Amino acid sequence: MVHHQASRTTARLSFLGRRAGHLLIVLLLLSVATFLMLELLPGNMVDSLLGENARVQDIALLQQQLGLDKPLHERFIAWLSNALQGDLGRSPLSGEAVTEAIAHRLPVSIQLMLYAQVLGLLIALPLGIWAGYREGSFVDRLVSGSAFGVLAVPHFVLGLLLILVFAIWLRWFPATGYVPFGSDPLGSLRSMTLPALTLALVEAPIYLRLLRSDLAATLREEFITVARAKGLPDWQVLLRHALRPSMFSLITVMGINIGHLIGGAVIIETVFALPGVGRLLVESITRRDYLTLQGVVLFVGAAFVVVNLLVDALYSVLDPRLSTRHG
Amino acid sequence: MGKPVLRMALPLVWLAVVFTCAFGADVLPFASPSDMDFAAAEQGPSAAHPLGADLDGRDLLSRLAHGARISLTVSLIAPLIGLVLGTTLGLLSAYYAGAIRVTILSVLDAMLAFPSLVFALALTVVLGPSVQNVTLALGIMSVPAFARIARANALPLLGREFVLAARTAGASDAYIMFREILPNMAMSLLTYALTMMSVMIVAEGSLSFLGVGVPPPTPSWGSMIAEGRESLERVPHVAMIPAAAMFLTVLSLNLLGDSLRQRKAGKSGGLS
Repeated sequence: MVHHQASRTTARLSFLGRRAGHLLIVLLLLSVATFLMLELLPGNMVDSLLGENARVQDIALLQQQLGLDKPLHERFIAWLSNALQGDLGRSPLSGEAVTEAIAHRLPVSIQLMLYAQVLGLLIALPLGIWAGYREGSFVDRLVSGSAFGVLAVPHFVLGLLLILVFAIWLRWFPATGYVPFGSDPLGSLRSMTLPALTLALVEAPIYLRLLRSDLAATLREEFITVARAKGLPDWQVLLRHALRPSMFSLITVMGINIGHLIGGAVIIETVFALPGVGRLLVESITRRDYLTLQGVVLFVGAAFVVVNLLVDALYSVLDPRLSTRHG
Repeated sequence: MGKPVLRMALPLVWLAVVFTCAFGADVLPFASPSDMDFAAAEQGPSAAHPLGADLDGRDLLSRLAHGARISLTVSLIAPLIGLVLGTTLGLLSAYYAGAIRVTILSVLDAMLAFPSLVFALALTVVLGPSVQNVTLALGIMSVPAFARIARANALPLLGREFVLAARTAGASDAYIMFREILPNMAMSLLTYALTMMSVMIVAEGSLSFLGVGVPPPTPSWGSMIAEGRESLERVPHVAMIPAAAMFLTVLSLNLLGDSLRQRKAGKSGGLS
């Protein structure tokens, strides 16, 4: 038994080890791509970074800062080693360090992400459980059908619709603007309700469909028949036996969404004027602040990859069969 | 199942209307998409402007029709780019082991390491904003997904008798990949390309909404919605009409794709 336990742990570790090795390769390619992004910008990089009215000393300074006199691979190694130490350069436009700018915006994006996941689960769990439990019923068809409709609404259209209804007509929530959580928690939640709800409404149909079909499949398994035969009430069979093994697809997709949203919900933050990482990305594009853009893109990609690895790890903890199957 | 006829017919009718408007935008009796009729600015539907006019008094119906061109161009060509490049990469990575496979899979993984919208945004910035470049960026964005599907479909086919027979008969690698394996997975790839069409319409709309897509003055549904957003409180129809057009088009494509998938699933014995 002890031996068995140990070999299982080894299998899990080697599975995660391989994933981590893969992660390093992906992160390296990611950084190469991000680095090349600035190199590939049309025209002279310094011109596009500083604009046409740049002063001569600024140009010289930036050229030195970027090390443009050195060959490409040397510049990449220098850039990467700086990036690994948390130095993504300093925006020539705002003078702010890129890492600081991201750190500034990150709490907003994370708050939005968490709030959206909570709302999304609040919508998807009860409806998904009901639809999976009564597969083919009226509620199931209604829920699945409306999920289909919601999936066809682009994020920004849904956001505008919610602003129109809840901010302009009903005046329940503010349309735009952000209140920091530290200064006024309730006001902060209120200002984030519409953006979080928009994300939740987009994500919930996907969660719901996954949960519904997984739950319906679980309910056909033998251990459920056994639990029923023991005389357990339906709700107990559903919540205590069937729910957990039916959550894997949902957790995977949720992990992907969380990975996305840590890097900011680009569209939603723009629609609702939230100062998150996604907004920083769009602002840096419109301001032509390409050094900031590069840093944000690197951060967004790395966050996405790392969160996906964590989800994989969580996966093998939730279902030990997975690590041995892969290993 | 609902009403299969309605689920096919209504989406087809709507798409036909969109196609007609897009192709006939210059021929049909629409007003100019750029003429500013200041008297009609922010007005609702009237005889001169059937769907009303935007903030600058430009005819919404005409702008909608011209915007449909952008949406349709992008939604037809971008998946095609992804289909061709992705299928090739997927086939190569399934067929060859070793360095080729590792390289292709790593590059694809690195592309998937960016959230797709961020990837498209960055690529559009590098390429420069224009209809062609937005299409190209979105096409490249969809390559990994197509490659994965192609690879997943090709792997089980590789061991089949007809592949072995072709190899024994001395067929070249390229012949086996493109003449033996490809035809057997074409249906899955084409169905996926159809679902990608609606994804592309939304993606192009998102880029234009953010002001990074198709540059003005060319009207695009996304930029029309972005313009209307400024005055959502006073004149909601300016944003909501292009929003509705986008919603109906995406919904129609999704419904069509869904019934196509169901039909396919039925044919293959309903194994799905």
